[in-house]
Parts: sequence; C-alpha cells; structure tokens
Amino acid sequence: MTLHADLRVTRGTFSLDLGLTIAPGEVVALLGPNGAGKSTALRALAGLLPLTSGHITVGESTWDGADEFLPAEKRPIGVVFQDYLLFAHMSALENVAFGLRARGTRRHEARAEAARWLGRVGLDGYAQTRPRSLSGGQAQRVALARALATGPSLLLLDEPLAALDASTRLQVRSELGRHLADFGGHTLLVTHDPLDAMVLADRLVILEDGRAVQTGPPAEVARQPRTDYVANLVGLNFYRGTASGTEVGLDGGGTLTIPRPVDGPVHVVFPPNAVSLHAERPGGSPRNVWPVTVDAIEQHAHTTRVRLDGAPNVLADITTATLADLRLRPGDALWAAVKATETHVYPA
Amino acid sequence: MSRISVLVAVSAALVLAGCGSGGRTATSSGSETVTGNVTVFAAASLTETFTRLGEDFEEANPGTKVRFNFGGSSALAQQLGQGAPADVFASAAPANMKQVTDTKTITDTPRTFARNRLAIVVPKGNPGGISRLADFADAGKKIALCAEQVPCGAASKKVFELAEVTPAPDTLEQDVKAVLTKVSLGEVDGALVYQTDVKAAGDEVEGVEFAESAQAVNDYPIAALAKAPNAVTAQAFVDFVLSDKGRAVLSAAGFDNP
Amino acid sequence: MTRNRVRGRLPVVLVLPAVIGLAFLLVPLVGLLVKTPWTSLSTSLSAEVGEALRLSLICASLATVLCLFLGIPLAWLLARSGLPGRGFLRALVTVPLVLPPVVGGVALLLVLGRRGLIGEHLDAWFGISLPFTTAGVVVAEAFVAMPFLVISVEGALRAADPRYEEAAATLGASRWLTFRRVTLPSVLPGVVAGAVLCWARALGEFGATITFAGNFPGETTTMPLAVYLALETDPDAAIVLSVVLLLVSVGVLAGLRDRWISGPT
Repeated sequence: MTLHADLRVTRGTFSLDLGLTIAPGEVVALLGPNGAGKSTALRALAGLLPLTSGHITVGESTWDGADEFLPAEKRPIGVVFQDYLLFAHMSALENVAFGLRARGTRRHEARAEAARWLGRVGLDGYAQTRPRSLSGGQAQRVALARALATGPSLLLLDEPLAALDASTRLQVRSELGRHLADFGGHTLLVTHDPLDAMVLADRLVILEDGRAVQTGPPAEVARQPRTDYVANLVGLNFYRGTASGTEVGLDGGGTLTIPRPVDGPVHVVFPPNAVSLHAERPGGSPRNVWPVTVDAIEQHAHTTRVRLDGAPNVLADITTATLADLRLRPGDALWAAVKATETHVYPA
Repeated sequence: MSRISVLVAVSAALVLAGCGSGGRTATSSGSETVTGNVTVFAAASLTETFTRLGEDFEEANPGTKVRFNFGGSSALAQQLGQGAPADVFASAAPANMKQVTDTKTITDTPRTFARNRLAIVVPKGNPGGISRLADFADAGKKIALCAEQVPCGAASKKVFELAEVTPAPDTLEQDVKAVLTKVSLGEVDGALVYQTDVKAAGDEVEGVEFAESAQAVNDYPIAALAKAPNAVTAQAFVDFVLSDKGRAVLSAAGFDNP
Repeated sequence: MTRNRVRGRLPVVLVLPAVIGLAFLLVPLVGLLVKTPWTSLSTSLSAEVGEALRLSLICASLATVLCLFLGIPLAWLLARSGLPGRGFLRALVTVPLVLPPVVGGVALLLVLGRRGLIGEHLDAWFGISLPFTTAGVVVAEAFVAMPFLVISVEGALRAADPRYEEAAATLGASRWLTFRRVTLPSVLPGVVAGAVLCWARALGEFGATITFAGNFPGETTTMPLAVYLALETDPDAAIVLSVVLLLVSVGVLAGLRDRWISGPT
C-alpha cells in the first residue's frame, strides 16, 4: 500500500512537477523555501486541488489520474493545517469527533473515540473547551487528534509547528514525533524548518521552484547538500567545481585542495567552524589559504558568524576570543584558512 | 355601453348647456392681476383632467403657473390641516372638504364642480360574465371593492345598501387605481369604481352601467383657501374650473356636471 | 479617574454626527408617541386590530422563514460559487430594495397572478391562486424583505474564511454537511442580523402586500394596511395602531435579542 504520486500542477507561470513515493509508516518531509510549491503539493494530495496531469495512487486505488478525481471528502486523509483551523463554535471534543461523524460513525461512538484521542494527546480535561480558550500547543494537539481520529491512510502536516513559540515547540515536536512513530499510514510533513524535518522525517524531499532538487535520509542530505538552499539550511559552505586530482577548480572562482584525488564535477562542503581567520598569511599545515574581506558580522548564541568576500566567498564561525583578537570590522582584509581534511567532497 | 350611458351623456350635455349660460366666467373679476404661481391640492381622480385644466388656465392667463399636488382626498385634507401651503383644494368627497372647512382653513362656501357616479368595471372581454350589481354577491367570482374608508368605497357601500345586495369582495383596495390595476391584470372578475376611472383606464377594461348608479352620486367640491398665498389667482383658477370650458373638459373625462 | 477620562474622550467629529443621527431616527418616533391619544387606546384595540396584528406577526415570521430557506442558499451561491456574472446577479438581488413596493406588487401579479406567467399554470393545474390570500401576503413580504437577508448573509459568508470548509472536507464532510455544521454556524451572527432586518421589513411592508395580496380583514389585512386605511378616516386611530405595531415589534426583537444574541461574550 505504497503511495505513488506524480504531482503536476500548472498555475499561471508557476508549475509543480514532483514525483513522490511514501511507504506505509514512512514520514516524508517536503522542505523548501516559500513559493517552492509545498502547499500546492499538499493541497493536491489532500484533494483540495485537482492535478493538471500526473496521478496519485495508493495501493490499488487511484485518487487522481487521467479521468479520475477523488474529492477531499472521499479520501482517507487527515490534515493538520498550519493555523489548525479548529472549528470555533465546537468544543475540542466535537472538533475531534467531527471527522468520525462525517464518515458515518454513530454519535455516541464518535464522541467516545474522540475522548480517547484527546486522552492520547494529553488533553483529558479539555473535552468541552472551545478552541479559543486553548493554548497554541493544546490547539495543535487537538488538531493532530482530529486528523488522526478517523484513522487516515495519509496524514498531511502543513507547517504543524510554525505557529508555536520556541518553548512549546520543542515539547510539541517530540510529542508529534512519538505520534508519528505510532502512526502506520503515510505521512507527509510540509515545512520550511530544517530542524523539524530532520527530527521528524525518515526522508527529506527538497523542493525548489516546483522541482525536487534533492531526496534522501536527513543525515545524508545534511552531509551532502546539492543546492545552495540546502547547504544554507544545514549551515555548510557549499561549492560546485571540477576536480582534477586533489585540486578542485570552483565554478565561482578560486581553487580548493581536497584530501583524496578525484576527477570530474564535484560538490565540496565544509562547516563554517572549519574556517580559521588570520590577520597575516598563515604558514604551516592548512592547505587552503586565500585572501578575503569582511562583508558582514552576525552575532549568534555562542559563536560569531563572519560573512567573507573572496575567491571563493566563505562563512566562518569564530569564537568571541578570536573576534576580540582581530577586532573585525566590515571591509577589513584577512586571510581565510581551511585544512584539506576538513572538506567533504562528493560527485555532483 | 348601454342605453343608460347614452342617456347620461345626453343629460350631461343638457346640464352643461344650462349651467353654461348662467355660470361665472373664467376671467378674474378682481382689480388685481391674475399672475404668478398657484398651488392646487386635488384628488387623485382628478389627475388627468386638472393637469389639462392647468395647462389651459396657464394659456388663458399668461404669467401664471399652476402646480398640483395630487393625492387621496383625505391625505390632502390632513396635509392642509397641518398647514400645507396651498391656494386651492379640490376634493373627491364633501366629507374631506368639510374636514378642511372645519379647521377654518377655508372660509368660502365650497362649490360642487363635478359629479361622479359608480360603474361596474370588468377586465376586457368580461371573463367573469358580470352584468349587474347582484353578481357581486356571487362568492365564486373574484370581486374587488374600494375600502369603506375611501370615498369610492363609501359610495359603493351606499349603492349596495340601496340595491339590497350583500357583496362578497375578495379585497378592499386602498384607492381606485389599485382596484383598476387588479381589473386590468385580470386578477378580479369585477369591481366597482367611478365612471371617470373606467374611462381613464382605457382599453384594458370595460365599463358596465347599472341602474342603481344614479342613486349614489359623488360630489366634487372645490374652494380657494383662506390663507391662499396667491388669493386672486386661486379664485381665478376656481372660476376657471367652474366655467363652461372647465366643465367641458370634465365631462369629456366622464364626470357629470352638477 | 484620569485614565477613565482619557479613555472616555471620544472624537467630536464622530460624536456630533452620531448624536444628530440618533435624533434624526428617534425624534419622529417621539413625535408619534407624544401625539398618541392614549385614552383612545382601549377603544382602538378592537377585535379587528387584534386580528391584523396577529396576521402581521404570522405573515412576517413566515416570510422570514421563507427568506431563510431561499435566501441563505442564494447568498451562498453569490459568495462562494464561481458563477460567472456574480457581480451582476448581486446587483439584481437588490432590485426589490430599489423598486417602489407597489411596482413590486404589480410585478408579482404579472408573474404569480391569476393570468401571470406562472400563476396561470398554478391556477390551471393545481387550482392555486396566490392573490387575495394570506399566502400571497407572505409571498409579497418575502419578495420585498429577502434582499436584506441575502445581502447580510452574503457579506458574512464573504468575510468567513473558506479554509475552514476545506478543513471540513479533509475530515470527510460532504459539502452539505460542511455547509450545515461549519459554514452556517460561523456566519450565524450575519444570518440573525439578516433575519431581524428581514422580519422588520416584512412587518412594515405595505405597498407590495396591498397590491399583490389585496386587503381583506382576517385574510390579508396586516397592520400597515389597517393603519393606512385608518389614516383615511381616523388619523388618531392610525397613530394608535402604528404605536401598537411599533411596541409589539420592538418587544419581539428585544425578546429575541435576549434569547439568541446573548450579550458580550
């Protein structure tokens, strides 16, 4: 009962063309910048938007295809919307029971089942509470219970944690992870937050401009980004280039020395904390040394990130001590150094 | 049209001739000139005739301008009672005129300038087959009458009493126009309205004369108001309505002359 | 105290026209009340008046129910469907507001009258004739009052977030269930406001009613008709009747307000 989807939607100048396969029990995260087509993909899977072409099949049944279209209310799905969309005039219990009632469960049974679900998400005492009296985290959990109560085959989560403040987010994220682990159906998580995706998903699909640019397990994607967007998400310096032995000529200018010889088009990455900055050209072991100028300095929690112009441009994370030492200011000329062994090289 | 209508027409002509020789003339008898605006409050049933008379009056008296306020006689009487600025009041019923004279707004004795009588009106082709007053008692026919509170309704009531007929109306309308609307659309089989209304309604309806109509004639009184802003012209207009010329216009519209 | 004063200070630019507006609406009412010959109240309240009042309340309520049945779906169609020419339709819906009621009555006669486009067949096939019946009063009142309901509900629907309807769909709710359980409750304040306007308009309806349904005591004579006819002969009685109608309608609306539109939440 694997979900196969070939989502093709054209709207004006935007077009989505995304192949998607989700195995039972698998959580796939669709990650991408705003306007990449994440919501369009989710709406197409939910049946809120018919495909222009392509198909959606789950096992033997076709949800969308050449001459078939199963509307949202006929699909065995559950959706958690970004701002939850709980029905304001119904209690938490009625919200959770709504899907069961709509699918023909008797009133009494539906309410009992809904109460069980509220218990499972830890909201036992809140059955009669109206959504407007719930906290953000509680509302999120009601929304999750509502989506799961009908026993859907496909669970769609649209930025399920985006509306939460940072403190609640951590807890709700781990709870959500537990519920997803218990859920036997297919799950698609749409998010622009790499952390949510890394923690919750078995597999990531990176969407840019309506196309999947990279797919893989979170650890692989984090280690070997294939686009600037992904590299930026996972916080790596990322370069395209052509390798010849241990030298890589970068597409954007400059060369990098790598630890093992390869040939052909490659990606080179290294973390910002692998970059050291020097006022004078350093001697010794680092194999990659090039002149740079300071473009911008951003203070983070424990480190300082310095954006540097040069061949190539590079991000460097330095300690507060180094910062004090160098007395950095935008426009300052420096030397950047990266050990060859700190770089990670993989075929493009 | 029956023999009666011919008779009525002939008698109207005779009356006209008789009165014409002795009536007052249309020209003003006062030394002051007849000019300026004159405002006439007139019963709705006079809309066509008075509009015409107004034009004729303006033509005969250059420099004058006649303005009308047509409406239900009782509504007009009420407006006058509340001090509405008018020069002349022409009512469709003596009762409404009396309302106004009672408030001393009119000091002159009102004069009857026209008479109207009831006629049976039926839709074109008379689908209900109504030919006499007694048919109004047939509950199977759709009948419209004026409400008793308005002049044509009061007159209708009188006619039915005289004829000893108990009508079975389906609706009691607030005015003659409303009755005629229902007749011309064929919503009712028959109704009782004024003869002038039948005439004015045109081809959509047909009139049926009935014997008892002569017994319930409605007088139309006219008078200049005591506080008329333009008393001279007001009186001139009243005189004009009462003149031969005025009577001719009125009788052409179906009014009987007093 | 100081805080209160600061809070309480309202811009004169708003308060002045507001007070004038209130006076504009209420002074005629006061005039009516002052002129009311209260002593003749008991004599004016004949059985006929009671009958007219009862008929008014029944017909206005039935007309409101009819408007709810037809008007809410119409409002939904205007607000939610992708119907081409919706703007034009929306304008057409307001026609009964613009049309002089008497003309509306004539229009109804032309369509539903004994010889009307549809009325002819109703009469011939089913023996149904609406003019001069209580049902005719309801039809005439509904015709004139429906735009109030439609406009009010449509506005509420357009302001409501359609994504809740999508959420209901993803939970397996059919469009009808979604409409009943999600859309309608969310626009309930608009529906109530529209129904109140609709009822009030139907209660005061005169022109279309007398033109389409005629005037016959006990069947089609509603209070406004009784008032109008009383005005012909006995203005004092007419004032008393209007005041009675006024008090009853204000009473009903106030009662409803307590029951349905319970205070601030």
